[in-house]
Amino acid sequence: MKLLTHNMLTSKCMKGVSIGYPLAIKALDIRTVEVDFNPEFVAKMIPKIDWTVLHGAAESIGQTDLPKEVVDNYENNEEFLKKVHHVLLEVDVIDGELICPETGRKFPINNGIPNMLLNEDEV
Amino acid sequence: MSRPEHLAPPEIYYNEEEAKKYSQNSRIIDIQFQMSERAVELLVLPEDTPCYILDIGCGSGLSGSTLDDQGHFWVGMDISKAMLDIALEREIEGDLILSDMGQGCPFKAGAFDGAISISALQWLCNADKKHHNPVQRLYKFFSTLYACLSRSGRAVLQFYPENSDQMELITAQAMKAGFYGGVVVDYPNSTKAKKFFLVLMTGGNMPLPKALGTDEDSQGVTYTAKRERLKQQRGKSLKKGRNWILEKKERRRKQGKDVRPDSKYTGRKRSGRL
Ligand SMILES: C[S@@+](CC[C@H](N)C(=O)[O-])C[C@H]1O[C@@H](n2cnc3c(N)ncnc32)[C@H](O)[C@@H]1O
Repeated sequence: MKLLTHNMLTSKCMKGVSIGYPLAIKALDIRTVEVDFNPEFVAKMIPKIDWTVLHGAAESIGQTDLPKEVVDNYENNEEFLKKVHHVLLEVDVIDGELICPETGRKFPINNGIPNMLLNEDEV
Repeated sequence: MSRPEHLAPPEIYYNEEEAKKYSQNSRIIDIQFQMSERAVELLVLPEDTPCYILDIGCGSGLSGSTLDDQGHFWVGMDISKAMLDIALEREIEGDLILSDMGQGCPFKAGAFDGAISISALQWLCNADKKHHNPVQRLYKFFSTLYACLSRSGRAVLQFYPENSDQMELITAQAMKAGFYGGVVVDYPNSTKAKKFFLVLMTGGNMPLPKALGTDEDSQGVTYTAKRERLKQQRGKSLKKGRNWILEKKERRRKQGKDVRPDSKYTGRKRSGRL
């Protein structure tokens, strides 16, 4: 699971959960994968991303290189975009779990795939 | 032949053996690719910008590869672990989530620029478990899909309706969830080539895209020719054009990755007047 995906993921489909965001991450295995740098895509995603959540998620799994705030004029700041690119797309949580902020329900991550399947009594 | 949805629930039907076909059977692979390319075309994404797309029932990632090839980024959700394992094996570029579309799309509002789904939606019309209610599951799916699309984002879902009642059931739930749109039927006069695409729009009611293979252009040939001409008139950007894609594919082949053969569809542009 990439942190970009984490930034979008919620547990709101669960019965009784209203926002279900952000999910806490417990990472047991983290890997770095190389992804082609696409500055246009990264810049386009920045307004869609909840930066505080991204920053928090990154720190919680030991990625401390990300500035606390989005810099001005980021479209033309390659160094900044590269950092964001790395954190959003190249850091991959392989094993661990996601935790619902409202119910504490845990969603396991295996082989990089979060299991968001709900039980019958949770829908 | 009986319909797979009648045989077993999807997470059982799409076991390892069935999943293997999606990385080995070239006929299946070709058909899935063609439908994926048509679905992406019907999405009418902004020209030459990389987009963020949700692939529902992504399976082994064949539909996702189409998105990769066109320079988009994607997240795939599927209920079958065996299918997702094949996707991992194929080293697709998208991120994967194990989830049941009938339980909803678990994403925050406005997350995606668009969504596609290839050959998955008909599964929702079945009650696989005692507690399943197809109408409720369809509604949950469409309403959460609507929420996670950005404004003016579209969803295009290719599916195999069992009969007209089922098509109505599906369309009705989509409209109830707030979508505009309807079903585009490509090649309606051919039993083999006939394909159903549910085209859903969020930003107001727009005319449905034109189907392929209808009487006016029964072969779809004149249409493609027109499209090519328009493309030339507009002038092509260097990025994401056919050549850009061919080069990217070549790069990936050199890296020893699984890249599908180039076809006439590769890098084909939307005409903007579908
Ligand atoms: C015919 S396969 C197509 C896979 C892929 N889209 C492609 O074109 O190669 C249908 C897929 O839909 C998935 N599916 C069926 N019901 C589902 C559900 N309720 N939620 C998520 N995925 C589902 C199946 O697991 C299977 O992988």
